[in-house]
Amino acid sequence: MIDYTNILTQKIQDVQPSGIRKFFDVAATMKDAISLGVGEPDFVTPWAIREAGIYSLEKGRTYYTANAGLMELREEICNYNKRKYNIEYDPKSEVLVTVGGSEAIDLLVRCIVNPGDEVLVPEPSFVCYKPCTQMAGGTAVPIETFEKDGFRLLPEQLKAHITDKTKLLILPFPNNPTGGVMSREDLEAIAEVLRGTDIMVLSDEIYGELRYDNEGHTPFSAIDGMRERTIIVNGFSKTFAMTGWRLGYALGPAEIIKAMTKLHQYGIMSSPTTSQFAAIEALRSCDKDVENMRNEYNYRRRFIVDGFRNMGLSCFEPLGAFYVFPCIKSLGMTSEEFANKLLMEEKVAVVPGNAFGDSGEGFIRCSYAYSIDSIDEALKRIARFVEKYRK
Amino acid sequence: MVGSILDILKKSDKKLTNEQIAQMIGSTEEEVAGIIRGLEKDNIIVGYKTMINWEKTDNELVTSIIELRVTPQRGEGFDRIAEKIHKYAQVKSLFLMSGSYDLCVIIEGQTMKDVALFVAQKLAPMDNVLSTATSFVLKKYKEDGMIFYNDEEDSRQVITL
Repeated sequence: MIDYTNILTQKIQDVQPSGIRKFFDVAATMKDAISLGVGEPDFVTPWAIREAGIYSLEKGRTYYTANAGLMELREEICNYNKRKYNIEYDPKSEVLVTVGGSEAIDLLVRCIVNPGDEVLVPEPSFVCYKPCTQMAGGTAVPIETFEKDGFRLLPEQLKAHITDKTKLLILPFPNNPTGGVMSREDLEAIAEVLRGTDIMVLSDEIYGELRYDNEGHTPFSAIDGMRERTIIVNGFSKTFAMTGWRLGYALGPAEIIKAMTKLHQYGIMSSPTTSQFAAIEALRSCDKDVENMRNEYNYRRRFIVDGFRNMGLSCFEPLGAFYVFPCIKSLGMTSEEFANKLLMEEKVAVVPGNAFGDSGEGFIRCSYAYSIDSIDEALKRIARFVEKYRK
Repeated sequence: MVGSILDILKKSDKKLTNEQIAQMIGSTEEEVAGIIRGLEKDNIIVGYKTMINWEKTDNELVTSIIELRVTPQRGEGFDRIAEKIHKYAQVKSLFLMSGSYDLCVIIEGQTMKDVALFVAQKLAPMDNVLSTATSFVLKKYKEDGMIFYNDEEDSRQVITL
């Protein structure tokens, strides 16, 4: 009998499974459960995009593409970023089309993190940065962000965590799960700390198009002097409601993209061809669809924040992504207790904040990628629950 | 704010309360009520109606689209004849068109015979009506942005993110 603990590497055994999943395995078996847990749009991919994918199949475009992605798509990605954010990248050497933004994150970490290197991760944040770092032999160093600071990364916090081992800073803004964003001014202050160092930056901007304040999103590479150290990770999942198409991209200096492409070529070959053809259409002609979806999220965002505040809970106003991160500390429960009890007693599934790092303890994440009706019903149930346990 | 209210009302498939709309746009219930009253008074919100899939009821209705060619009247254009037509309760919609005919009349009746008789007895004999061409609707797939046969449900899977 094989003892698989001797087979599996120590690294993968040290990686913790995500805290998000276990709740939803339970919730999925419950009748009448309402979930505010899913981190993907409830919209279907706009028809024009689906149609472009179907058309590519009809035309028999079922081959591999170039490793870095279809040139036509890479050109459109560059055009889009120039048009939206006024940043310029060379489609031939500075773009890599990946299987979702997640692959780009994994590739970059594996390409630049040596054993012993430190990766700075503002938390609470998306769950993949730490495991990717562990698998590369690096050490993820969390930097706690606070509700009082709008869950932003402050320059003095960054400075305090930099050591001579620091290799990479993750900038996960707009943030999942907090909805926190960084203004241009905030980014300038971060850039000031980084100038003169060799610290690289992975700017995970997957929610960049889902900003609800007037300022809009600023890519980190648009900040003076930051382009040479920044790899932007972006994708189609959130902006164009294309999660299942599995398509993302990285923009960065040619040398880095070249290394990432090398790894991508051995592990993946090329991203799904049908998805790439569909994505060209998304970038060319779907601004209006994105605007409509953003408006809809914005209505729900205000609705859900208002709902939590009316319950007397402290609720930071998220300015990006599609999550709200209310504080439940006043109820004297841990995040997991809250989420468990809420699921059992009121059949509402939310994600405990500690799934996004220790600093998420005392918070819960609720997605508002749901219809107003679902949100309304969930809020009523949560309000009843909060009233019952209020001290 | 007016734009947001109209956007929400236009898209919602059921009547939201003023309180819900206020939450969605960051306003107060009173303010929303006031704005909606104003929009109704100015005839910007013309009315509210319920979309019914009659095929699923015992009370099935026949819908037809009638293309009318008419002679416009001096000083009145098409308005006078249009007014005479839309006064009939059977007429659900009436549009002045560009192209090969002038007025598009949409009629609902209990039976095809109802509709045929209405065209033959009311529309065709009108002064100024030159010709009619009647087409019957066989199946409604989508109307006013609402899909009639929508069995899509939330099938998002459990995933870690």
